[in-house]
Amino acid sequence: MSKIWQFHGGIHPPENKQQSLQQAIRKLPLPARLMVPLQQHIGAPADSLVKVGDKVLKGQLIAQPIGHISVGVHAPSSGTVVDITPHPVPHASGMPGNCIIIATDGEERWTELHPHPDHRSLDRTKLTTLIRRAGVSGMGGAGFPSDIKLHLGDDHIVNTLIINAVECEPYITADDILMRERAEQIVAGLEISAHLINPTHCIIGIEDNKPEAARAMLAAIRASELDAEVVVLPTKYPSGGERQLIKLVTGVEVASGKLPADVGIVVQNVSTLVAIHQAVHHGRPLISRITTVTGAAVRDPGNLEVLIGTPVQTLLDFCALDPTQLSRLVMGGPMMGLTLLDPSVPVIKTSNCLIAGTAQEFPASAPEMNCIRCGNCEQVCPAELLPQQLLWFAKGRELDKAKRYNLLDCIECGACAYVCPSNIPLVQYYRFAKGEIRREQQEQRQAEQARIRFEARQARLEQEKQEKEEKRKSRAKAAAANQAQRKDVAEQQTLDKDDTETRLKSLKTQAAVARTKLKKAEKTLAQAEETGASELDALRSAVAENQANSDKAQAALDEAQRSVPAKTISPTLKELKVAAAIARTKVTKTAKALADAQSKQLPSAEPLAKALIDLTAKAEAAELAVQQLSISAPPVPAPSTQPAAPLDPKQLKTAAAVARTKLKKAHKALLQAQEEGNDCTELSAQVATLETQAAQAQADWDQAENGADSRQPESAGSVDLSALKSAAAIARTKVKKTQQALERAEAEGQPSAEQLRNALQELQRKAERAQHALEDAQTQQEA
Amino acid sequence: MEFVLIAVVVLFLLALVFGGLLGFASIRFKVEGNPIVDQIDALLPQTQCGQCGHPGCRPYAEAIANGEAINHCPPGGESTIAALADLLDVEAIPLDAEHGEEQAKTVAFIREDECIGCTKCIQACPVDAIVGAAKLMHTVVTAECTGCDLCVEPCPVDCIDMLPIPTTLTTWSWPAPTPELQLIATDRPRQLAQEGQV
Repeated sequence: MSKIWQFHGGIHPPENKQQSLQQAIRKLPLPARLMVPLQQHIGAPADSLVKVGDKVLKGQLIAQPIGHISVGVHAPSSGTVVDITPHPVPHASGMPGNCIIIATDGEERWTELHPHPDHRSLDRTKLTTLIRRAGVSGMGGAGFPSDIKLHLGDDHIVNTLIINAVECEPYITADDILMRERAEQIVAGLEISAHLINPTHCIIGIEDNKPEAARAMLAAIRASELDAEVVVLPTKYPSGGERQLIKLVTGVEVASGKLPADVGIVVQNVSTLVAIHQAVHHGRPLISRITTVTGAAVRDPGNLEVLIGTPVQTLLDFCALDPTQLSRLVMGGPMMGLTLLDPSVPVIKTSNCLIAGTAQEFPASAPEMNCIRCGNCEQVCPAELLPQQLLWFAKGRELDKAKRYNLLDCIECGACAYVCPSNIPLVQYYRFAKGEIRREQQEQRQAEQARIRFEARQARLEQEKQEKEEKRKSRAKAAAANQAQRKDVAEQQTLDKDDTETRLKSLKTQAAVARTKLKKAEKTLAQAEETGASELDALRSAVAENQANSDKAQAALDEAQRSVPAKTISPTLKELKVAAAIARTKVTKTAKALADAQSKQLPSAEPLAKALIDLTAKAEAAELAVQQLSISAPPVPAPSTQPAAPLDPKQLKTAAAVARTKLKKAHKALLQAQEEGNDCTELSAQVATLETQAAQAQADWDQAENGADSRQPESAGSVDLSALKSAAAIARTKVKKTQQALERAEAEGQPSAEQLRNALQELQRKAERAQHALEDAQTQQEA
Repeated sequence: MEFVLIAVVVLFLLALVFGGLLGFASIRFKVEGNPIVDQIDALLPQTQCGQCGHPGCRPYAEAIANGEAINHCPPGGESTIAALADLLDVEAIPLDAEHGEEQAKTVAFIREDECIGCTKCIQACPVDAIVGAAKLMHTVVTAECTGCDLCVEPCPVDCIDMLPIPTTLTTWSWPAPTPELQLIATDRPRQLAQEGQV
């Protein structure tokens, strides 16, 4: 026999195991209803594969595992699925969990099974998948999916497989009786586990208060080919804890935050081994287990083979519960179990014991008193923590410090609370603090995730902005280049034009100067002739010279003017009009000058008359051109006088909104004026006009909208359902908002309530109409 | 005189060497940005809700580093204030009610049959937790929602609700134990007697 080590602390509570060991395992009769929770294990809940009304067979997979850490759930008996609903489940919170409720038909018809009597012929992956599909999870307490533990050997070097047959908690005898009666099944399951993990040695740890079980196991192992060692351990609570058992049989301590597999050890419970054996060798999934029913309130305690999903009440009734004696119903052991408030909860894969305790067995907890620093808790702590210290931190919510003192290594065995002379519910404080720490960690993870997402979004927005900016810049650049090019061309053109124009101008000036000189010379000549002065000849020759100059200048000007290309091929109407007006003005001016000259009988009358005729002709021509162009030009689109149809409802809507806003503002001003006691007759008149205007605009809009509405059904085929839907939704929201406003207004007694009420009615009508339209469209589409 | 000169020269050389070292270190090991901002930012709840008056948690962290009060973050609540006070070694002050009250965590929920697909909520979401496209129904990725409720206001049809996160069997945790009356041992019989009388 190998050496037995010691773990720190531990306690020796009264065992109370004999009561339930008086009888062999009994089979519980089939209950009428089975409530099978979808989550009976650690990890993701299984996903239901059946619907209400489905017929299920015994052993049929009714919920499949989702994700890595999950196992399947099977129908414990044949029958009909009557409901899939939240139902009370064994959980410390007392909250309901999703259950598949099966009404049994009593036939117990099995589904088709696929037994593999020779597990060595299967490869490991197939074997672990089979175990996973069979719904095997740890049956000792936590319910960790077994398949994960069984292929830990893939990435860990596992050299020791420890079988946990310790069952250290008081009252529980399920594993004890299982070993006594079905040791060969346990060994068969052990063979499969050993085949999968391939350890160098297997150790079965049994407490020395179960000598019969130890003998049975020893005999079964001797009968098999397996080389396993049965180690009988001294009875102490909690030697069944995973880490404590490892320390006991190997002397190895599993470091904080590490898994046993990290030190090359895997621990399996004996009940789990039986389930593995059933799953592989017989093809039967995990649908039943051995549960101890004990406690002073049951007259017939013992171990029952129970289908998963059987209500606890059925077990208690079978074991002759005395309801008058029952004070507390506990599932699990008295140290770590949970109090059941509702006896309708089902038995699940981890339910190893049911204690119907009397008031003597479970007295009400004594009032908590102050810690006296006796240190007893530290003496018994199997995890070698400092319970006092942790209590202060949990009470003061100093979670950081609690974490630093390894609160998360607490196994919640309750040894510290058991020995506490001040009746402090230490475990409750630790559970609370652990929950808070986990919640805080979760929040921190979420915050980190949110921060990353926020920063990613910011970066994306920034990038988009930059891209937009770059695009805009490149567009602006292109536009500038384009413009510059155009400007160059235009400048070139104006330069050319300027050239001819300046020449023309100078020529004109020259001609005018020549004419003036000629006129002056003529005048001097006339004066000289009148006065009969000498030098007449010289003057005459000067006049002739001037005349010649003037003619030359005029000729040059005419030449230049002809050479300038016809100004515009198609002068615009405006230009023509201007030209015509100028011509007319010239005509009138010339006519005036002519009249003046004629009245004074000046010699210039004659040329003036000639010029007038000329100008009149020109003016007429200009007028004619104007008329021609205005006829040929397309008529300016006259503003349409037809309302409703061509009017854009959007414009109307905007108009209505503007009118409303104005009205609102005017209202406000009026109210203010009233408040300040100013004269407000003018303002109120204004408000009244605005009101009528707003009403008019609203009416227009409504009309247009009605028109649109009435037109809409005509195009039935192409009715845009989503548009109608959003219209209806918006209308509803408006109604809601107006209602709120109305309520507020009424509450505050504002005069606008009346208006709001009217508006509300209107809106309600509209919303109804929109809803009708939507429904119509929907029915049409369905049709 | 000679010794004095030697001493002066040696000290001068030493000064040169160490000055050079310090100068090198100040360039080589220069700390970019203000490290305290990162530490503050790590304590903030990262809801990016803007209730503090800053556009996001990091700007508020920068503002705190520049001396703003630490009690402007309603989503973080008292625990964040305590953590900030601890970090910055200042007095923990109660939450400034002006910026809102500490509320239970919520997530946004879009009533999908009422959604008209306007994408306004998508633009408002600081953590891209809303998916959808124009004229198509939107929905909230609950796992990413920080509950900042910035999407509620822009919705034209009011189809977004802020729902409290329900406790499930997996998220449930033990409540704090409620200690009964703290009594000393000699008081207990008296209390029992009182209860008997009542």
